[in-house]
Amino acid sequence: MSALLQVTALTAHYGDFQALFGVDLTLDPGQTLAIIGANGAGKTTLMRAITGIARVTGGSVLLDGQRLDRMAAPEILRAGVAMVPEGRRLFPSLTVEENLRIGAHARQGSGFWTLSRICDLFPVLRDRRDHPGTALSGGQQQMVAIGRALMSNPRVLLCDELSLGLAPVVIREIYAAFPTIRDSGTAIVVVEQDIGQALKVATMVHCMMEGRITLSGPPESLGREAIHDAYFGVRHG
Amino acid sequence: MIWLDTLIQGLMLGGLYALFAAGLSLVFGIMRLVNLAHGDLIVLGAYLILGIGTATGLNPFLAAVLALPPMFALGWLLQTVLLNRVLGDDILPPLLVTFGLSVVIQNALLMGFSADSRKLPVGPVEAQSLALGPVNLGVMPLVTFASAVLVIFGLNRLFYRTALGRAFRATSDDPVTAQLMGIRPDRVFAVATGIALVVATIAALYLGARANFDPSTGPARLLYAFEAVIIGGLGSLWGTLAGGLVIGVAQAFGAALNPEWQILAGHLAFVAVLLVRPRGLFPRAND
Amino acid sequence: MRKVLLPAGLLVTAVLLAALPVIGSRALVQDLFMVLCLLVLALNWNMLAGFAGLVSVGQQAFVGIGAYGMFACVILWGMDPLAGLLVGGLVAMALSVPVAFFTFRLNGAYFAIGTWAVADIARLSLGQWRALGGGTGTALPKSAVQDMPGIEAIRTLIGGSRAAAVDALTYWLALALVLAMLAASWLFLRSRMGLGLQAVRDNPVAARSVGVDPVRLKALVFLLTAFGTGICGGLLFIQIGRISPDAAFSLLDWTAFVIFIVVIGGIGTLPGPVVGVLVFYGLQRLLADYGTVYLIVLGLIGIAIMLFARRGLWGALTRRTGLDPVPLSHAAPRPAPTPDS
Repeated sequence: MSALLQVTALTAHYGDFQALFGVDLTLDPGQTLAIIGANGAGKTTLMRAITGIARVTGGSVLLDGQRLDRMAAPEILRAGVAMVPEGRRLFPSLTVEENLRIGAHARQGSGFWTLSRICDLFPVLRDRRDHPGTALSGGQQQMVAIGRALMSNPRVLLCDELSLGLAPVVIREIYAAFPTIRDSGTAIVVVEQDIGQALKVATMVHCMMEGRITLSGPPESLGREAIHDAYFGVRHG
Repeated sequence: MIWLDTLIQGLMLGGLYALFAAGLSLVFGIMRLVNLAHGDLIVLGAYLILGIGTATGLNPFLAAVLALPPMFALGWLLQTVLLNRVLGDDILPPLLVTFGLSVVIQNALLMGFSADSRKLPVGPVEAQSLALGPVNLGVMPLVTFASAVLVIFGLNRLFYRTALGRAFRATSDDPVTAQLMGIRPDRVFAVATGIALVVATIAALYLGARANFDPSTGPARLLYAFEAVIIGGLGSLWGTLAGGLVIGVAQAFGAALNPEWQILAGHLAFVAVLLVRPRGLFPRAND
Repeated sequence: MRKVLLPAGLLVTAVLLAALPVIGSRALVQDLFMVLCLLVLALNWNMLAGFAGLVSVGQQAFVGIGAYGMFACVILWGMDPLAGLLVGGLVAMALSVPVAFFTFRLNGAYFAIGTWAVADIARLSLGQWRALGGGTGTALPKSAVQDMPGIEAIRTLIGGSRAAAVDALTYWLALALVLAMLAASWLFLRSRMGLGLQAVRDNPVAARSVGVDPVRLKALVFLLTAFGTGICGGLLFIQIGRISPDAAFSLLDWTAFVIFIVVIGGIGTLPGPVVGVLVFYGLQRLLADYGTVYLIVLGLIGIAIMLFARRGLWGALTRRTGLDPVPLSHAAPRPAPTPDS
């Protein structure tokens, strides 16, 4: 089976500072991949490099054999990779509905995700369609951000730090939507600091440290201790 | 009664200034670009209408319609080739580039058309007037005013009710995240400047139909337009209309006191409004 | 070696320029007077826009106010034109306080529009001053100008008419003004305040966090440049001899040209205006017969500079050679900024 998303030896810079040192990553169709690691491990830069926001300085990103690493961000979205950015980043001068609709800005043709399906997924949004996006609670804003990314009917959905700043009950509510998203045919990559949550949804886990992937495997095969060590940078000699 | 008359003349004049300002306001609202060549582009539009009218024998109103597509294209090109390259955190390059552009356009027009002043021949409508109660209203000023309201209304609809307007606002809010939505900011900006020049062409029609113009007319009109945008509140289209009306009414009352005080009164109103409300009459919430 | 070469070169140039009225033609003196005045205006504008980040397109306000101040002193109060110069400069500086109070409320690009509106207000207001000719303007009495102190001495030095002596005197004053401006700029930019100003320009947030108050610094620069610009305005119109609101508050002559000079030479660099004024003068001589073409060329060069070399000719030169003969920093030079930053 060929990979849906294939990242090979990716390096990226953040200004003059090198943030990624040869990252390899494979995402198969239907898979949910979790990337965990401490602050500054390079997780967000990896997401931004794949989506064309951060400068890629080496290596390659392939989506179904198509090279993404030389495309600009808008083209990468058109190719089928959408992102829920860290901090949600809703557009303050757009209403909830407009925030969702703008996710479909580049969409050609129809797909599974429509405004009404997003509202089925997150029913709380239905009554708030005309509110300014930034007037919602953090959790609801996160739902809008996920819905907005889904509106492009992506083949790969990247989620950067979904749980940041949210209460556990809200986080659970958001992650409850994952099976539906996966069943719609979208493969998912989640970047999380919340290891417990990541392990629950993922079929594959990568730990990152200092711009490199230091540990990979299915969650059930990785011992808590190994993940803990990879997270905090303890090396076994 | 003379005061009522002056007030209405001022409002009509303000409509013209709002037309000059509408394109500026749109562009500023979307990309924070202050286009110092806007006034010269309006004058360029007036010459284009004049040229099309002379070549085809069409009435200036129809010639202006024909001038819209090339002016849109010019705006698109200008943004793509020139202005997109200098947009950024530093305000200096776009200011200086549009300043240079202003000088280039002005002198190119001077070379092409000499310093003679021209006028767009709109025909008998120019002299017609309507008696509204005690006030006599020229038809042309009335049409100008109606056009201004219509243009502002139209731009507002575009901005708040269409997919393009949504893309405008999203790009203005956060260009990086907008790219994640598949929006290409460069193209959005190019379309916005194209639309701004379409509006500039409409302004050019009334500029040329109501008064004489020559290649050096641009900067002075631009100044009134900018004053309208600033006192209206940055990025607010209805505010721009209100700003134009404030300048127009102030100028009309200044002129009623002493013809030499017309322009001065407009400037003083600009200063006075900003001293009371530094962010203008209707500032956008998130600026 | 370079440490000696630069001051020596400057000194030789200054001496040559100073000797010009004695050895050169009167037409050349008049030409170079204008060049020197434009250089003074350019040095002032560069200080404002290049270092303080205040992109004013209304500096003609202070040229006009300085000129009208000088005229009022001479015509209304019978003062000496040279004393009038100083008064003009002081009036310009005094008026810059309310102007700053108003225009500093406007952010970024809108500051430019605010200054422009203020200049137009000044033009229209002074057009109402009947005693100075209202909208059509008036001439400076010949006797007042030719009775300026030192005119007789200059006549004996250079030989020639009183008018030529007036040209020589205004020329020397312009030269002195240039040298004073250069020295003042150099000292100011290397002072604590000047370094603070550059820090603000390069990173306002960081500068504020280390205790630099950007508004006060910028206001100070605004006031001082109003003074310099006002004096230059007075000097210009002693030589021109006739004033009118349109001439004294000309956007093209006293601001547009000046902006192009600074942009071409290198905005935000100290030698930039000097380089720019040389290019400007050369172009003017070259294209003198094609008035409008000259302005078009100037505009196109300005645009090209902003697109391809934001620090102008001087910036391109120092980057290419890696040498900066006029460093403004005390510490080791920073790496050259990338063109797209």
